[in-house]
Amino acid sequence: MEKAGTLKKRSQLQAIWFRFKKNKLAVFGLILLIILVGLAVFAPLLVSYEEDVIAQDVYNKMQGPSAEHIFGTDHYGRDLFARVIFGGRMSLLVGILTVVISLCLGAIIGSSAGYFGGVVDNVLMRIMDIFLSLPQTIMAVAIVAALGAGLQNLIIAMVVASTPWFARVVRSTVLSIRGQDFIEAARACGTPHKRIILKHVIPNSIGPIIVQATLEIGMAIMSIAALSFIGLGIQAPTPEWGSMLSEAKSFMRNDPNLVIIPGIAIVLSVMALNLIGDGLRDALDPRMKN
Amino acid sequence: MNELLQIKNLHVVYQTDEETVYAVNGVDLNLSEGETLGLVGETGAGKTTLALSILNILPPKVGKITEGSILFEGEELVGANEKLIREIQGNKIAMIFQDPMTSLNPLLTIEDQIGEALLLHRKELSKDEISQRVEEMLKMVGIPPERKKEYPHQFSGGMKQRVVIAISLACEPKLLLADEPTTALDVTIQAQVLHMMNQLKKELKTAMILITHDLGVVAEICEKVGIMYAGEIIEVGSLEDIFKGKDHHPYTKGLFGSIPDLNSDVSRLSPIDGLMPDPSALPEGCKFHPRCPNCWEMCKTTVPEYVDLGNGHKIRCHLFGNQNGGGGI
Amino acid sequence: MLKFIGKRLLMMIPVLIGISFIIFAIMSLTPGDPARLILGEYVEDEAIQAMRDELGLNDPFFQRYFDYMAGLIHGDFGVSWVSDLPVLEEIGSRIPTTLTLAFIATAIMTIVGVPLGIVSAVKQYSFLDTLCVFSAFILASVPSFWLGLLLVLLFSLTLNILPATGVDSWQNFILPCITLASVMMASLLRMTRSSMLEVVRQDYIRTARAKGADEKRVIFHHAIRNALLPVVTLVGLNFGNLMGGTIIIENVFAMPGLGTLILNSLYVKNTPVVMGGILFIAVCISIVNLLIDITYSFIDPRVRDRLKG
Repeated sequence: MEKAGTLKKRSQLQAIWFRFKKNKLAVFGLILLIILVGLAVFAPLLVSYEEDVIAQDVYNKMQGPSAEHIFGTDHYGRDLFARVIFGGRMSLLVGILTVVISLCLGAIIGSSAGYFGGVVDNVLMRIMDIFLSLPQTIMAVAIVAALGAGLQNLIIAMVVASTPWFARVVRSTVLSIRGQDFIEAARACGTPHKRIILKHVIPNSIGPIIVQATLEIGMAIMSIAALSFIGLGIQAPTPEWGSMLSEAKSFMRNDPNLVIIPGIAIVLSVMALNLIGDGLRDALDPRMKN
Repeated sequence: MNELLQIKNLHVVYQTDEETVYAVNGVDLNLSEGETLGLVGETGAGKTTLALSILNILPPKVGKITEGSILFEGEELVGANEKLIREIQGNKIAMIFQDPMTSLNPLLTIEDQIGEALLLHRKELSKDEISQRVEEMLKMVGIPPERKKEYPHQFSGGMKQRVVIAISLACEPKLLLADEPTTALDVTIQAQVLHMMNQLKKELKTAMILITHDLGVVAEICEKVGIMYAGEIIEVGSLEDIFKGKDHHPYTKGLFGSIPDLNSDVSRLSPIDGLMPDPSALPEGCKFHPRCPNCWEMCKTTVPEYVDLGNGHKIRCHLFGNQNGGGGI
Repeated sequence: MLKFIGKRLLMMIPVLIGISFIIFAIMSLTPGDPARLILGEYVEDEAIQAMRDELGLNDPFFQRYFDYMAGLIHGDFGVSWVSDLPVLEEIGSRIPTTLTLAFIATAIMTIVGVPLGIVSAVKQYSFLDTLCVFSAFILASVPSFWLGLLLVLLFSLTLNILPATGVDSWQNFILPCITLASVMMASLLRMTRSSMLEVVRQDYIRTARAKGADEKRVIFHHAIRNALLPVVTLVGLNFGNLMGGTIIIENVFAMPGLGTLILNSLYVKNTPVVMGGILFIAVCISIVNLLIDITYSFIDPRVRDRLKG
């Protein structure tokens, strides 16, 4: 029985991977993301943080692309390529971190609300509704501004702002699975709650939630960049795509590269995540594809 | 002979990115004016597809007629221009769909939806005349006319099916395609709806193709019966021939064998072994041969032709074909 | 209908109380003394103490919250701790800029996004469809503030045809509105398209075709209204996000709007102004969502019935 279960599970994953593989755009997104993550992870091997990212070299400021500096240099003469890949470290790390934390918190809140129902559901979800009635940007801005700019506060703000959203997604997914006939069937057979949750509810709801989380990492990267852009996120001289854009804004007229290149880095990573998310959604539920 | 509908060698496929489904594979069918044909077969035998092809509403881009012809009142419908098809749709040929719950537009009043066919095909009618006709239709199907301003969600399932029937009969079509009009309904409502359809058919002298897998329903209102299997009509004949005759396609025998009969002493049902073939990978030769108890070599390689046993009773099976050399239609 | 609107307005009250509590808590319980932040680092402690007394900062948290709410009930939004101007006056002077931005951007997003989504679905796989899907996809991956910078780079710095900053004339609003609308438009276009594709597969569309309705009638009479239902909801949702986005966009284009005011007040913990500004935004969003629900009930008889019952 157990063995049959795991076998079926593996073949299901294989089927999903097979469908995902057939989707060229999704595969492109995956490759793109692997490259971006690879650059971020191995950034210290490629360039030196102290020399290329932080140390100023004002005699060589705002140089165009050259063999030595493939994207050119910024207004302090720092290598733009080095700053972009170290910036990616920050953006991707914070993006993934906030989504993972808020997903876990949201899953706890959402699944308790969805599973216990009644008063618990009402109280938890009314509180979440209050958070959700304000735009996420305003909530995050308010928190990080009150706490003071910085990496840790930025993560706290992002987590508080996006947890209610995840709670709602998880809750509605759990509810929709719970209402389905095969759960009724399992219950009618006398299957214990724990087994229903572990064997039926979680495996069936995890797919859509992973899809949402993937898409949400992209959104988080954009929000983090936006917060840093208005001076609330990661502080100079630590490179982060949003704060780099904020600094570059004043030099835009003389050196558009400083604005264009970090922006493209954001767009590429968000796009990669969106492609993967869409591809996963189609692979999980082929009927939804049109 | 006043043939209303003549279908010859009709082939329909559904083509998607992943596979090609052979839904209808060489159907021949004739229907006279006012005649009722019961089309019987398992789910997936291609009954609905056949009806959708006649009305030219196969799913756009996916469903295609690849071969064959459909003559309606002597006019070719396969590949006909859009004007002719629109003129026939809902006017001379109408269809009752299987699921009344989803067949009505939730945002339009039932008056709108019943009157639409009139609006499209009876251009000479004024608004008031259409409204009046809608009321008549509602009365005919047993819905109080004052409910015409209501929306589908305000009606029960049986009532919705009456609305669907009223829509299809609004223009008094020559041919009515009824796709399992009662499967979605309660048994008591089923009887009411069938009775009503029977009455209406007689009143309006409409020919009908009734798609069902309920042989009881067929016995009640059909004059002719066609048995469909894997996209083919494997046997067709009068109600007498099919229900009381001796000669049958092995599938037909199996089909009747799987119905409980209170009058006979048989202790067990005799269902057909196996499943219908996957329509995207049909077997060679006779499509029934993998399940057929009478299968022989020829069945595995050669597609049987129709054999006429007289009086329009035709069977597509090699058991009958060899004595007159696999004759035509 | 009036009963429904009344009920919805009443339901806004607990949400607004909840928001006020959360924001007040964020402002009061986080480290950082407003008096110090407002007066600066080099002011003597006595002056700070005096200001804390004056602003009531030495009172316990709940007392301060209830004092604030008591004022609110009497229509008193308090006085800005920085400028000493009444909060309503300060906010009032900023509202036109922000609301103009938000409403024009919503209009652009809807007027362009929805029809394009419909055409895209009707002509699925055509060149136009591919173009729409592709641009919507790219736009969905573009952060709004960066798009704003690019537009400034192109139209202000390179072509020199539109102003980059300020609110002096209507031309100042062109770039910010386009920026805000574009990013939101992407989601609207995608939603409209997929909703339309979903609707044309429904049985009732087949029923309409079976009646002999031509393509035009099928689309305009049967499909569009059904397809618009989820789209209407998304317009409301996007309006909320758009209001949030103004904080960032006003910063990019240096526009003295409500967002900028809130942001500047947040830095120094100017609580009355932050509270007033955020509550105003919350009320705006609630009202727009109420309007959306009313629109919804005009389109969908099922919703209309539920409101009556």
